[in-house]
Amino acid sequence: MNLHIPGALRSYTAQQGEVQIEGATLAEALTALDRRFPGIRFRIITEQDTIRPHIRIFVNEEQRHDVTAPLQDTDRVYIICALSGG
Amino acid sequence: MKLSAVSLKPTAGPLALLIGTRKGAFTLKSDRARRTWKLSAPLFLGHIIHHIVCDPRDRRTMLMAASTGHLGPTLFRSTDAGKTWKESAAPPAFLKVPEGKKGRAVNHTFWLTPCHANEPNVWYAGTSPQGLFRSEDGGATWRPFSYINDDPQYREWMGSIQDGTPDGPKLHSILVDPRNPKHLYFAMSGGGVHESTDGGKAFVPLLEGLDVVEGFAPTTATFHDPHCVRLCPSNPDRLYQQNHCGIYRLDRPSDTWLRIGKNMPKKIGDIGFPMIVHPRNADIAWVFPMDGQTVWPRVSPDGKPAAYVTRNAGKSWTRQDKGFPRSNAWWTVKRQAMTNDAHETVGLYVGTTQGEIWASRNEGATWICIARHLPEIYSVETATLGR
Repeated sequence: MNLHIPGALRSYTAQQGEVQIEGATLAEALTALDRRFPGIRFRIITEQDTIRPHIRIFVNEEQRHDVTAPLQDTDRVYIICALSGG
Repeated sequence: MKLSAVSLKPTAGPLALLIGTRKGAFTLKSDRARRTWKLSAPLFLGHIIHHIVCDPRDRRTMLMAASTGHLGPTLFRSTDAGKTWKESAAPPAFLKVPEGKKGRAVNHTFWLTPCHANEPNVWYAGTSPQGLFRSEDGGATWRPFSYINDDPQYREWMGSIQDGTPDGPKLHSILVDPRNPKHLYFAMSGGGVHESTDGGKAFVPLLEGLDVVEGFAPTTATFHDPHCVRLCPSNPDRLYQQNHCGIYRLDRPSDTWLRIGKNMPKKIGDIGFPMIVHPRNADIAWVFPMDGQTVWPRVSPDGKPAAYVTRNAGKSWTRQDKGFPRSNAWWTVKRQAMTNDAHETVGLYVGTTQGEIWASRNEGATWICIARHLPEIYSVETATLGR
């Protein structure tokens, strides 16, 4: 599926904003993403496999709160940084 | 193992100050006389840099604890004295708990300590929330260290997020006895000071003599809030501590802290964040007091910044404010933002919450501002860089 990378994480993807990743669940897709771009997953997901507080993940147009969410090959996954503060 | 005479020898030559701020890292490099300083461009601009430390064992390896307001934490690592940086492959992280249980996640690494001279490439890290971690490959990968991260008693002493500092409870002041790498101390805000004599197999609290906020039980580690603990390089049996409730000294083998802050001027008090010690004279230490009255303004008392020095192990204190603003300077210095070099006449350095670096080339007698307009400063460390 197509995975959108936010600007704050593009230092990991050689500035690519879109990458193609495979995985039957969000967890599998993020693991595959980390294999390709080491270190990126830990900036998004905690060691307890929860989505970090200021990160939002949408599959197509629906927010997912859990990495167990299933994925289809045709899905578009968006990782969003919820910027706040000064 | 005896203390190495080499390790206590005064240093000379140019220095680098490694500065961690709320918006990135900076370095200030000096000439040989420490008179002129050159500020670098920001590094990792926008990252919150909690601590940067250069390994004194090789003078080339540097570790930088970083996070941002929205991404998870990480550690950056340089093996060429800061010319290039690479992310740690496995930054400090708690063990994953079994399904259905609530585990902890590292919010940020707060404190970095290079280990013993006889253990090259070994480092310790303290995190928020409180966790103790160790690297054996120069900071490239990290593992939880000792049992305390998951021990029920220690978890109780660590308290909850409500018991910690406003930006999260922290494990800090990881100290390694230069005579014995198995002799360790660490401190937690909150959670008290703890010691191990067997390389971390067991830790015990060192709380005797420390005050806590009125109404709480001093026997309970949870209520203790050490802000900064230092071990004297010239006498590792002597520790100093700036605590939420005063300034203390501990001379081992005693396990009772002595509140030497009671000898501070009453109108200044003995509250603050940082404390540093002389590299070769264990009777000399410095603090940077702040206003800890009423709602804790956490600014210089009366808007008049000053360091205080003791030259007799805390029996008396002398104000050192020459060069600092005489009034209306409403800043303070965080616990990692006061440091010293090891020159013959020791240099002192403070980074302020208003983004200024102040330096003294004469052990605090006079101060000058060597950088301003930086972001809020979290940490300052000195480095004598290798060739």
